[in-house]
Amino acid sequence: MYRYDEFDHNFVMERVAQFRDQVVRRLNGELSEEEFRPLRLMNGLYLQLHAYMLRVAIPYGVLSSRQLRKLADIATKYDRGYAHFTTRQNLQYNWPKLEDMPDILEELASVEMHALQTSGNCIRNITADQYAGVASDEIEDPRICGEILRQWSSLHPEFSFLPRKFKIAITGSPRDRAAIKLHDIGIVMVKNQAGEVGCEFWVGGGQGRTPVIAKCINAFVPKRDMLSYAEAILRVYNMHGRRDNIYKARIKILVNEIGIEEFTRQTHEQWEHIRNGALDVPAEEIARITAYFAPPAYETLQADPDGFVKKRESDPAFAAWLRSNVAAHKIPGYAIVNISLKPIGGIPGDAADVQMHAVADLAERFSFDELRVTHEQNLTFADVKQCDLYALWTLLGEKGLATPNIGLVSDIIACPGLDYCALANARSIPVAQRISERFADLQRQHDIGDLKIKISGCINACGHHHVGHIGILGVDKKGTEFYQITLGGSADENASIGEILGAAFSYDEVVDAVEKVVDTYVKIRSSRDENFLATVRRTGIAPFKDALYAVH
Amino acid sequence: MQYIKNGKISADTWVHAGVDDELPATGGVIVPLARWAAARDMLLARKAPLGVRLTSSESPEKIRADLGRFDLVALEFPIFRDGRAYSYARLLREQYGFKGELRAVGNVLYDQFLFMHRCGFDAYEVQKDADAGRFARALSEFTVRYQPDADGSPSAIQLRHQPQRNVKNAGSRP
Repeated sequence: MYRYDEFDHNFVMERVAQFRDQVVRRLNGELSEEEFRPLRLMNGLYLQLHAYMLRVAIPYGVLSSRQLRKLADIATKYDRGYAHFTTRQNLQYNWPKLEDMPDILEELASVEMHALQTSGNCIRNITADQYAGVASDEIEDPRICGEILRQWSSLHPEFSFLPRKFKIAITGSPRDRAAIKLHDIGIVMVKNQAGEVGCEFWVGGGQGRTPVIAKCINAFVPKRDMLSYAEAILRVYNMHGRRDNIYKARIKILVNEIGIEEFTRQTHEQWEHIRNGALDVPAEEIARITAYFAPPAYETLQADPDGFVKKRESDPAFAAWLRSNVAAHKIPGYAIVNISLKPIGGIPGDAADVQMHAVADLAERFSFDELRVTHEQNLTFADVKQCDLYALWTLLGEKGLATPNIGLVSDIIACPGLDYCALANARSIPVAQRISERFADLQRQHDIGDLKIKISGCINACGHHHVGHIGILGVDKKGTEFYQITLGGSADENASIGEILGAAFSYDEVVDAVEKVVDTYVKIRSSRDENFLATVRRTGIAPFKDALYAVH
Repeated sequence: MQYIKNGKISADTWVHAGVDDELPATGGVIVPLARWAAARDMLLARKAPLGVRLTSSESPEKIRADLGRFDLVALEFPIFRDGRAYSYARLLREQYGFKGELRAVGNVLYDQFLFMHRCGFDAYEVQKDADAGRFARALSEFTVRYQPDADGSPSAIQLRHQPQRNVKNAGSRP
């Protein structure tokens, strides 16, 4: 993984000193809360319902064991012994104190981490495919361009006061696990006809009140031009994005209002001025960054070794975990392991300090000392030997980390909702917990198959409900929580926005309604191979509507 | 209010004159875009330094053709969060080649100085007096810059691979 050089080290230390000074000025009254707000937001510090919340950046979701141990220690020392992994591959602490913040940042800096630009109207932490470097269909590891963009976006002098937040996601595979079409800029690593690798740029995607699928603005931008191209897009947005209404301030609204052709024209006009200039990424820099993401020292192994196959055949619980949580690796004899942070009845994405320590130890022992955070709020070990899988599974199980439900009905994305968030209209977490408990029978979950449920506690859509196969949106009706259900959303390469099923359900009714939707699917699927999304796309929402609302 | 020019607290010789304000007999004036549009001949006839003031919704594109007439362009920051003028500054310096005074006016605070400087501003009407005294400190908060600056100072990428630039440009850094 990337390691800081002297520039990066100095930069984060200078940032810590700067923020320490800002906190002092706030505490002694030199800065009003209004003046301090954009400064703390740029540093990932929110004021929530009950306390400050600190969001730590995990660039493109990659962590070393050492970093995870530090995150665990911070949870113990400054918080309540746990932390929360987010849908942008970041980590949140829900109870830190303002006066501790500079010390926390200094601890983060000691392991090459920071909280910069995890909130505020700036370029946010850049996310990427959690299978980066190990997916068999990958064109190029997306973390290379991710790191180049991360550095460029850090305290950008021109783009630190944008109309609204700005999110970038990158995938190196045609199979999209990073939801790039739901981002302000999405990048796909592609090969052109000459065999060169470059970036396909998508622009104007997003969720929130107005969900929009991004549009392709340039099918091939050479890597050396990647920063000037991104800068051109951001400049057009910074000058022309709406600032009169925060709900219309995202780039998707600008692109829709002036049209993708006009947006492209303006972007390319800017680009002509700045390409082949100081923003060029020299080949030496691309090579320097690429070297950090060189494959680890893989052994030459036999695929599907005998001992592994025997265990798979003799232990059905192990086999179930393999089926849902383990994915194919590009190197024979290795596997990708997903660790579910969605235990039945648990809080999606939460991890206790002891669990983080356990995961760090296991990553060190089994996966080259490295792990990834997924946007679906789980963890991934990218490089596990198949012959180690049984031992790893056993050890994960001892820590409550072997729930075999990745991609299944209880692998739910949920925003913090009314339990934490000042913006929420309704609770999300307890709805996720109750659905998870309703489908606690893992045999039943595996029988249902691939199904992504996503829950947001308000229209801002932090829980990605628009792109859930089943989406659940919490709304407030005269002081009572209600939940609207959508079907058919998807965040992958065939992204789609879910369709609203009908009238919202009360907090008490919503789990029954979800179960009825799932049971209807099981009844009408053409075969066990037709997953939930495929069925909804084939039949439309009518049969589900009928099951839920028709008077029989 | 304190005025900073080229990094130092200075005496401001310019006068702002709104659309209906009386113009001083002599000396430099800074007028809103609307006044320039309405009274350009009269303003040019004064034979005195001339500046134009743009709100954050007035792109410098509107004065591009006349840029040679101005000794100063003032860009407004109506609120801290409104960052349009950072892009306007870069257009003026890097694309339109404006060499005159580029002045930040409005809600100009300590924590913006470095960003503004890096985008090409060289003059500031500072809202809080205490901030003005700490201007040099604000500019020195970061020695590492991941992006090239409007004044041509190199980015970290450039320094990594062309270390000689560090020496050459060391003097131009504040």
